[in-house]
Amino acid sequence: MKFSLRNTIVMGAAVTGLLAGGVAAAQEQYIGLPSYRVGPFGSNGASLFGGWIDYMQMINERDGGVNGVKLTWEECETEYNNARGVECYERQKNRGATGNSAFQPLSTGIAYSVLDRVAQDKIPMVTIGYGRTDAADGRVFPWVFPMITTYWSQASAIINYIGSKEGGNDKLRGKKIALLYHDSAYGKESHAVLQRLAERYGYQLTMIPVASPGNEQQAQWLQIRQLRPDYTILWGWGVMNPTALRTAARTGYPREKIVGVWWSGSEEDTIPAGDAAKGYVAAGFNPAGTGFPVIQAIQEHVYASNRGNMEDRSRVGSVLYNRGVVHGIIYVEAIRTAQEKFGKGKPLTGEQMRWGFENLRIDDARLSALGATGFMPQLNITCADHEGAGVVKFQQWDGAKWNVVSDWVSGDRQLVRGMIEESAAAYAAEKGITPRDCSKEM
Amino acid sequence: MLYREAGQFKASYQEDSQIFPIRQDRVGFIALLAFFFLIVPMVASQYWLQAILTPVLIFSLAALGLNILTGYAGQLSLGSAAFMAVGAFATYNFMLRIDGMPFLMAILLGGLSAAAVGILFGLPSLRIKGFYLAVATLAAQFFIVWVLVKFPWFSNYSSSGVITAQEINILGYAFNTPESKYLLTLLVVTVLALAAKNMVRSTTGRKWMAVRDMDVAAEVIGIRLMRTKLQAFAVSSFYCGVAGALYAYTYLGTVEPEGFNLTLSFQILFMIIIGGVGSILGSFLGAAFIVLLPVFLNIVLHSFVGAALPPGFGSNLELMIFGGLIIFFLIVEPHGMARLWQIGKEKLRLWPFPH
Repeated sequence: MKFSLRNTIVMGAAVTGLLAGGVAAAQEQYIGLPSYRVGPFGSNGASLFGGWIDYMQMINERDGGVNGVKLTWEECETEYNNARGVECYERQKNRGATGNSAFQPLSTGIAYSVLDRVAQDKIPMVTIGYGRTDAADGRVFPWVFPMITTYWSQASAIINYIGSKEGGNDKLRGKKIALLYHDSAYGKESHAVLQRLAERYGYQLTMIPVASPGNEQQAQWLQIRQLRPDYTILWGWGVMNPTALRTAARTGYPREKIVGVWWSGSEEDTIPAGDAAKGYVAAGFNPAGTGFPVIQAIQEHVYASNRGNMEDRSRVGSVLYNRGVVHGIIYVEAIRTAQEKFGKGKPLTGEQMRWGFENLRIDDARLSALGATGFMPQLNITCADHEGAGVVKFQQWDGAKWNVVSDWVSGDRQLVRGMIEESAAAYAAEKGITPRDCSKEM
Repeated sequence: MLYREAGQFKASYQEDSQIFPIRQDRVGFIALLAFFFLIVPMVASQYWLQAILTPVLIFSLAALGLNILTGYAGQLSLGSAAFMAVGAFATYNFMLRIDGMPFLMAILLGGLSAAAVGILFGLPSLRIKGFYLAVATLAAQFFIVWVLVKFPWFSNYSSSGVITAQEINILGYAFNTPESKYLLTLLVVTVLALAAKNMVRSTTGRKWMAVRDMDVAAEVIGIRLMRTKLQAFAVSSFYCGVAGALYAYTYLGTVEPEGFNLTLSFQILFMIIIGGVGSILGSFLGAAFIVLLPVFLNIVLHSFVGAALPPGFGSNLELMIFGGLIIFFLIVEPHGMARLWQIGKEKLRLWPFPH
């Protein structure tokens, strides 16, 4: 048994708090933010974490926290670097009254690096729109929550969207679809799903890799020009996206036929491409815009009193900023859910937060109460299903802003779920994990 | 005063050629080892063990590997991270595919695999030198990471291309606590560092240095260039490979090929430049500097001035201070921090009567 100074102080404080009978100062929920504001993805990080922090600030200002529990947070710079991310995780895990109760690194590399640690330390990890796809099987990965949509659901939803444009998935037979992907583990996530769907629907799939970072794509687009695919799926990241759009314009490929993924569908991807991006369609699990009541509330309670986190206010309402707000909403709702079980007005531990995430239900009524109707999909997380929605919306860039052009499009849930369970079972076998029996969970 | 050598006589060849000829150094070194082996695991918190000491040790080992190649044999390399990746993925596959494979054996085989790959990419060094060789090793960096992503066999057909380290079990003892993982890392690093120290003091190291200083002259006095250079590549890659295996097994647990990117290679190169090119001690000092300083700056800036500054400013300031300090150190001592220590030691030995 070891006693560090901090533990002793915390224990002392806890004892004092008990003696004082709860009349002590306001309760606080500590949230560690492994943010990145410098490095190659610094500007993305500023928007994502800015939106998230602004939402929590708004909850503190407007509602006085969650049932009286104030949210406090602390940033730790990771530079999108795995080793730094691990350091942040370790540094923050015992901070605050109850420790860091959830970890959301917003970086797949860091998510992998702490995958084993979160289970050991009993801290849930939430990876919204990135990270390990098969972690959606909550029986094998009780501590990891790849919420809203996984890459596989997205790939399947894109095919469904293309199918709907063509007038039904049966019309896809004989169509040519090209996949222009970032040549990395991230870009290859889509392969298995798209290939299986190609067998089912009979479209011709051509997969064209782009070497990272992807700022030179002449050869790839020449190939696309020769192939003349009916649709091109752009599975890119960072500088690869605007380059793809510009090169497409140069080779005369219609941008309306390019469908991007959510990491290819932000203002950061289209604005640098200029006019070449006009007409381009991309998937996303949150639309852009400031018209949503939740964004209005942030403007009113946070930015009106000049407490906003964004240095550039014009980026409030951008795709990535709104994605950060989605992170905030999910986090706060999970706290609310967990507090209902473990006592309102008390800070939660990692284990309690995990229960909150696992029992998170955000239905339409709740969404409209949050002012987020159409801002994010309904969520229904269960013990077995840590994904919870599996839907995306498609937006089209009109040259100045993103416009939503579809309702929530779901993928082939059955197919994707089957693949997730297969992959998770393989992982469980390799690691010697016995999957949980979800009928025994409450 | 501290370094009074009066009365220390060397009466045999062995005494003259030991690693630490001065008694104070010997005592200091043993005390240091005792501190890190015995005291640290008892008093250090989980954070220190898992997030600070273990990565510093692992990166020291990688820097040591690069230092053998670049500092001693004079062959510039930008592929250290890729050799780490080979070590990590090879160890993983040995553990996975051979039943009952002992962990230390797997690490050894992982290191040997990295050495084999290192020899392959060292072949161009026979024809090209300096910056041109650096570009050839750059090819290794991209090629190896590409291969690991391209062929799913290496990651056991994992859908996302990552590998998850198996549990470490040596002679029935499971290394799953931070303390035990730290001690294992420390043990491997200590053994390999002592081996490296001895290697560079022996014929092998002297040949490397002869080749580094002037390869034509080395050839003239009878050193076989091909063998010496490839040997340096092999030993260096072996060290990097073992470091990569430790990185996966005792530090992160789950690694992806993209984690071993060019940035990591550059970081290892910076470690030896800051620490001292051609110095074993320098590898450790450089790794500590590059790993710890950004963390230290982050903690200081975020806890003392973070709230008062606009978001993002603190992070940018950290980078500026970090860069500034690197330049400062290089101006003050272009030969790295190990040289500072050496100068200090010389001064202490002569103090208080310098001549």
